[in-house]
Amino acid sequence: MSSTLRRRLLLPIAAAGIVGFALTGCTGDIAAEGPDDCSDYEEYGTFEGAEVSIQGTIIEVEADRLVESWADFEACTGIEIQYQGTQEFEANIEVLAEGGNAPDLGIFPQPGLFSRIAQAGHFVEAPAAVEENVDEFWNEDWKAYGTVDDTFYGAPLMASIKGYVWYSPATFEENGWEVPEDLDGLMELTAQVAEEGGDDLKPWCFGLGSDAATGWPGTDWVEDMVLRLHGPEVYDQWVAHEIPFNDPQIVEAFDAVGEILKNEDYVNGGIGDVRSALSTPFGEGGLPILDGECAMHHQASFYEGFWPEGTEVAPDGDVWAFITPPADASGEQAVTGGGEIVGAFDDREEVAAVQAYLSSDLWANNRVALGGVISANNGLDASVASSELLTQSIEILQGETTFRFDASDLMPAAVGSSSFFTGIVDWIGGDDTQSVVDAIEDSWPAE
Amino acid sequence: MTSADLIEKIVQVLIGLAVFAAVVGLVMFLVDRAPKKRRDVVQLIAFLAPAVLLLGAGLVWPALRTTGLAFTSRSGAFVGFENFAWIFTQEDALITVRNTIIWVVLVPLLSTIVGLAYAVFIDKSRGEKYFKALVFMPMAISFVGASIIWRFVYEYRQADDPQIGLLNAIVTAFGAEPVRWLQEPPVNTFLLIIVMIWIQTGFAMVVLSASIKGIPTEQIEAAQLDGTNAWQRFRNVTLPGIRGSLVVVVTTISIATLKVFDIVRTMTAGNYDTSVIANEMVTQAFRAGEPGRGSALAVVLFILVLPIVIYNIRILRQQREIR
Repeated sequence: MSSTLRRRLLLPIAAAGIVGFALTGCTGDIAAEGPDDCSDYEEYGTFEGAEVSIQGTIIEVEADRLVESWADFEACTGIEIQYQGTQEFEANIEVLAEGGNAPDLGIFPQPGLFSRIAQAGHFVEAPAAVEENVDEFWNEDWKAYGTVDDTFYGAPLMASIKGYVWYSPATFEENGWEVPEDLDGLMELTAQVAEEGGDDLKPWCFGLGSDAATGWPGTDWVEDMVLRLHGPEVYDQWVAHEIPFNDPQIVEAFDAVGEILKNEDYVNGGIGDVRSALSTPFGEGGLPILDGECAMHHQASFYEGFWPEGTEVAPDGDVWAFITPPADASGEQAVTGGGEIVGAFDDREEVAAVQAYLSSDLWANNRVALGGVISANNGLDASVASSELLTQSIEILQGETTFRFDASDLMPAAVGSSSFFTGIVDWIGGDDTQSVVDAIEDSWPAE
Repeated sequence: MTSADLIEKIVQVLIGLAVFAAVVGLVMFLVDRAPKKRRDVVQLIAFLAPAVLLLGAGLVWPALRTTGLAFTSRSGAFVGFENFAWIFTQEDALITVRNTIIWVVLVPLLSTIVGLAYAVFIDKSRGEKYFKALVFMPMAISFVGASIIWRFVYEYRQADDPQIGLLNAIVTAFGAEPVRWLQEPPVNTFLLIIVMIWIQTGFAMVVLSASIKGIPTEQIEAAQLDGTNAWQRFRNVTLPGIRGSLVVVVTTISIATLKVFDIVRTMTAGNYDTSVIANEMVTQAFRAGEPGRGSALAVVLFILVLPIVIYNIRILRQQREIR
């Protein structure tokens, strides 16, 4: 080998070696260890070298916990579960299914997409064990989201509750304010805070900024109002487009929200005026509560993770939350929220076993104990949840509560993740309700 | 992932590369051994085929399919020109088209004028290199990076808070109220356009400057002897001399402007009446789940770009003939 050739080769080889060593740092080298006792998993049977692929939108820490939640199941049944989480799942799954490349199981965060795939005939019917689990552990509202044209395709997985109102218990106590029991009470409290709070403390704060999805926190507000003012039937009709988007009842809900969000006396505590919400990232919308510049913030249970480190979330802590109250204090509570539904593209036995496990109370307890999420599974022990708020959320879901999925996840994407968002942006920007709902109604896809 | 997995993957990549090299080598070998009589044809096919296949699969077929999709609804049914009718009747879509026209008129015009003026003024000056580098630098920044920088410039804070945005800091220094620059149509569209001009001016300046240097000094001296002033020399000697480059610069920037997506997406996400066709295309196709409308917008974009490309090619061809 001549010296020039050697020199020419040396550098690439050295570079490749360094890259190789650096990459080994990325690997885990963790050996799987099985549980001591497999008796819980006997009913699922054992399989030799079986593999089941799952895809969903769950990523990062949540994905790690998801994988951990079935580690024992894998060790006991011998099924290897391959999970792939990608945020492009919703965009890709239809193409994958059409091309026959779908995974064995898909975890769908949107019932609308779920039913579209079901109607296209890509799903296999849910196995009997799954349906038994769902009948036993979930209420009818939830089962309905996995049912398309009277055929039951899949069980719900996890859940989240929207419509929490975050507040500072200390501020409330100091001023003698009480958590309201109905919507009128909420409005009275709002007026009271505006009057007594002075210049530095406004009743509400909110942020709508979320890049291309800017506006979505406003849709949660409107959905909460539609459900509370007009009940689940109207809500379902609204979602299914049996009543138009510019129906007077929807306008009424918009205006009820507008009384708060479009009132300069009520918002935007610690941030600015009404329109300041448009440029405030949604995650920062509630933070002025900690500085005592804002009394209340409307956001889902997951907002727990947005408070700065060291913030105590408890009934007597720095912040706590109550569910947006019902229109009538004696009436049944109804909440909006989100969740996932598991659909199967293949009917192999091992796929059915995994599907059955995911719909069981065993899985729900395993997963919720790992922290961060809840499930509407009635077999779930609320005390295993990782925080007081999650425990409370589980109790709400398991109690006599009407649950409705986030409407924007149910509507066609042209509305639910597009014109409804931009409509809220225009509306907060100053457009009147009627022109906004008319524009959204116009954008509803024809078929 | 374990180390074993990693090694396996690296080996897979290496095997893949080796197979590729082997296949290419084999093709070369066979082409070389082709019968003498038809060797030219065989070689032509062997060397053109990969490019043609890739172009076909990566460009021609998708273009045809997009055009087909433009005439279908969400469920795949044929709907004729309905999607195009939507573009030109919906108020929001019309604003999108209007904005695109504003963009494509202003950006090439202003960045070329500014770039040309700058190139002329710094020509043969001391420190020309540094002046050039200064203006050329933004070209090296990605559109998204530039948008984030400029979003800070336009940042708004309420009146009593310290302004962290340069523009509002200046405005408040003169005692005026801070403005929500990015939320105020129509001024926000022009503020986004400034970002694009900021990026593209460097490109125009570099190309035009090189072209100015290519003008024969004899012509300029002759004009000087004829007693022309600087403006007359610029109008009658420099401009005709760089006409070819000017066309290339204007058309290239026009095409880049028609396709602009990143700036709008990053700075306003198309809200507050700032959307442009390329942004709306992505929103409709991938967010709203309306591939038909998205494709129709793509077709409109294609039709808008087409004449510019044709003009560009014709000018280039004419020049080649002159040479």
